[in-house]
Amino acid sequence: MYVAVKGGERAIANAHKLLAEERRGDPSVPELSVEQIASQLTIAVHRVMAEGSLYDPELAALAVKQARGDLIEAIFLLRAYRTTLPRLAYSLPLETGRMTVRRRISSTFKDVPGGQILGPTFDYTHRLLDFSLAATNGAAPAAEPGPADPPAAVPGVVDILDRQGLIEASAPADPERPIGDLTREPLNLPAERDLRLQNLARGDEGFLLSLAYSTQRGYGGSHPFVGELRVGEAAVEIEPPELGFPIEIGEITLTECQMVNQFKGSKSEPPQFTRGYGLVFGHCERKAMSMALVDRALRGRELGEEPNAPARDEEFVLMHSDNIQASGFTEHLKLPHHVDFQAELEQIRKMRRRAEEPSE
Amino acid sequence: MTEQPILRVRGVSKSYGRRIGCADVDLDVYAGEVVAVVGESGSGKTTLLNCLGGNLEPDAGSIAYRFTGDDWQEFLTLSESRRRLLMRTELGFVRQNPRDGLRLRVTAGANVGERLMAVGARHYGRIREAAVEWLERVEIDAGRIDDFPLAFSGGMQQRLQIARNLVSGPKLVYMDEPTGGLDVSVQARLLDLLRRLADDLGLAAVIVTHDLGVARLLAERMMVMRGGRVVESGLTDQLLDDPQHPYTQLLAASVLTP
Amino acid sequence: MTNPAERVTNPAERVTNPGYNYAYLDEQTKRMVRRALLKAVAVPGYQVPFASREMPLPYGWGTGGIQVTASVIGPDDTLKVIDQGADDTTNAVSIRQFFARVAGVRTTERTAEATLIQTRHRVPETPLREGQILVYQVPLPEPLRKLEPRETETRRMHALSEYGLMSVKLYEDVTRHGRIATSYDYPVMVEERYVMAPSPTPKFDNPKMHRSPALQLFGAGREKRIYAVPPYTRVRSLDFDDYPFEVQEFDTPCALCGSSGVYLDEIITDDQGGKMFVCSDTDFCAQRVAAAGDSQGARDPQGAGGLQ
Repeated sequence: MYVAVKGGERAIANAHKLLAEERRGDPSVPELSVEQIASQLTIAVHRVMAEGSLYDPELAALAVKQARGDLIEAIFLLRAYRTTLPRLAYSLPLETGRMTVRRRISSTFKDVPGGQILGPTFDYTHRLLDFSLAATNGAAPAAEPGPADPPAAVPGVVDILDRQGLIEASAPADPERPIGDLTREPLNLPAERDLRLQNLARGDEGFLLSLAYSTQRGYGGSHPFVGELRVGEAAVEIEPPELGFPIEIGEITLTECQMVNQFKGSKSEPPQFTRGYGLVFGHCERKAMSMALVDRALRGRELGEEPNAPARDEEFVLMHSDNIQASGFTEHLKLPHHVDFQAELEQIRKMRRRAEEPSE
Repeated sequence: MTEQPILRVRGVSKSYGRRIGCADVDLDVYAGEVVAVVGESGSGKTTLLNCLGGNLEPDAGSIAYRFTGDDWQEFLTLSESRRRLLMRTELGFVRQNPRDGLRLRVTAGANVGERLMAVGARHYGRIREAAVEWLERVEIDAGRIDDFPLAFSGGMQQRLQIARNLVSGPKLVYMDEPTGGLDVSVQARLLDLLRRLADDLGLAAVIVTHDLGVARLLAERMMVMRGGRVVESGLTDQLLDDPQHPYTQLLAASVLTP
Repeated sequence: MTNPAERVTNPAERVTNPGYNYAYLDEQTKRMVRRALLKAVAVPGYQVPFASREMPLPYGWGTGGIQVTASVIGPDDTLKVIDQGADDTTNAVSIRQFFARVAGVRTTERTAEATLIQTRHRVPETPLREGQILVYQVPLPEPLRKLEPRETETRRMHALSEYGLMSVKLYEDVTRHGRIATSYDYPVMVEERYVMAPSPTPKFDNPKMHRSPALQLFGAGREKRIYAVPPYTRVRSLDFDDYPFEVQEFDTPCALCGSSGVYLDEIITDDQGGKMFVCSDTDFCAQRVAAAGDSQGARDPQGAGGLQ
């Protein structure tokens, strides 16, 4: 008789075995190693770390492997792992001005102190399939070595505007107000910028990209320029209270974007450039730029702009940016809903009966 | 007219940064009288109305309201819940654009019935009866009770908004350019309706308008504002026939006499 | 009641899942959830924001309920998990296995034996008793959300008890459909103060929430809200005096156990329009069949089939 979504214990176990089989694929093909993924699918691994909110290339690569390349699934695996980890310490604010820059461009000035550094980028590659990559024996051509001692610290381009007073001052940290932690406290709206940026930093790349794009097409435009986009390695420091001085605990790869936006001024603010900020784990330029554009769009309350576009609508953006929430809730429609469906069925039948009755 | 006003406004001021919205406004409104606040755009009349209606928080001043039973309450220090309750019961606010004051996605009947339900009406049949009665009072065919506001003409939408406000039997209604977006003939009909409703119901109203014709038709008293300040106030007829302040003289002279 | 946090120190109880804390969540998180639960119990029907954690199950699949259960469960509990009223639906099986593994608790399918019941979409037919806890999985905790998408505005509406908009929705239902057309997740008024979403249970189950002797806890993980209906709290389904709330009625009794006045699943038996109605509550049905089976010869109760 009744074969429904019932009697699941054995079915679930079998489904999991099938999944493992499919994950492995053709057994005559060598199995992917986590090292291979971590070193050759770096952009995928970086995205998983960024949106998984956990900097650990090895675990992220493992998640990519376990998820069969489904990056949102991999992000989910990393998040669910992250949530069980104890909080040992909060790091000091990262000094991105002191990071070792591998790539750094500004579209606002032809040349900038520290120079434009193109670095490893897809930009200016011709998107032609490279059939030589289909063979697996190729070694990459060696890049020309850079200057023997690259500049230790490359100053931020936006700081130049800052010194001339042409861009809004970046708000100084308020020691009285601790920085919020989105993963420890529920998000209450309206949210301050610290929580907004945290939300965007772990938000879905595709969602932020589309929102950013919408601002460029007129839905809440802010006339942006890439003040600076930089990729490189920055040191993470903590200051254990028992030591009383900071110690370096490691180095992470980051992408940072400072977007510079036109601003005509308001009742309280003179005309000046305004900032949008993006900071992402790993090498994720698209995400960092999108984040910076959306960050700027969300500053309407502070700058006196109407919340008249999706990207300017704080509740809309912050409540829908998380792909783990979004995919979970969208995919939960796969769960049985027959009790509610039954209720609707009865309701519709009743209403149809009523509609068919001859009216008095 | 009773001896005591039902609304006593003193020294209400509101600025936007360095720009003055309205400054130091006094106003008394007595039961059953219509007061017009006139002035050109930027004169502060809408700022004043928004302060009175609780849409804006004034920087200074007092807005005292006399409840049934001679109980004076300071509107500005009422809790938000009491204030919002008051705005749904004893007071009303008619917006210039009816679309801002209506729920466009629910039927005309629900628009009218909402205030009743908000204060606890739980009998569908009686809510509907009240809605029918009010639609008829504002000259909307009761057969349209289940239509959506967007299917109505601009004049009908405005009348629907008025019905939606009056259903709870308010004593005082604030109106922001209620005839603003309407054709001249439609305006005339609405003014006529407002005049009649005010008389029949003993309703007091503060009407903001840039149109001295509206003031002359509806208001016993009027107040002229310019640059956020009141320049002159008094009986409408007197003010229009014998304006004292040069600005009022200018305004009055620019109106075609009927 | 002993505090589960203290019991965790006994290493023998952690054997079930080395590497994770008892009942998966760390003790700090459990304390945070329990604080939210206490507040929720103190203010019945009020949605308490809490710092919902990522769980190893997807959002929308019961993460709120799981966090609530994980925060109140102890080794002495007996856990029952149902989805759509049934103990053997895939998601119920999955969540039950999760707690059997991470909390090492006894599990049961018998409503009467359970101290803790996690549910999705149903309230058991067997009346609950004092001391039992019913944990609901909630996808959308905000009953006003479909009328007003803004969280800032709905919170204000709750704070000020401004529920006119909810009545407007009911009014529109009656106007358009001749009845209140909500059949599940039917909004209720708790203790005459807060309008609350009962989670997507059929409205059939609403009356069971009213003055229930059991503690009812609601967890919405994705939306980060917890709320509660303490024992013996008034829960009134919203309606009009002249269009009173009514529950679904089925024309036929359950084809397996013969019960009437219970909620039934409609089972399509062939593609010719054949169908039968059976209890949605599999435990209730099985108990009834077993009781009758002593005299009549057993019929195959539900659950004989299964996913292949």
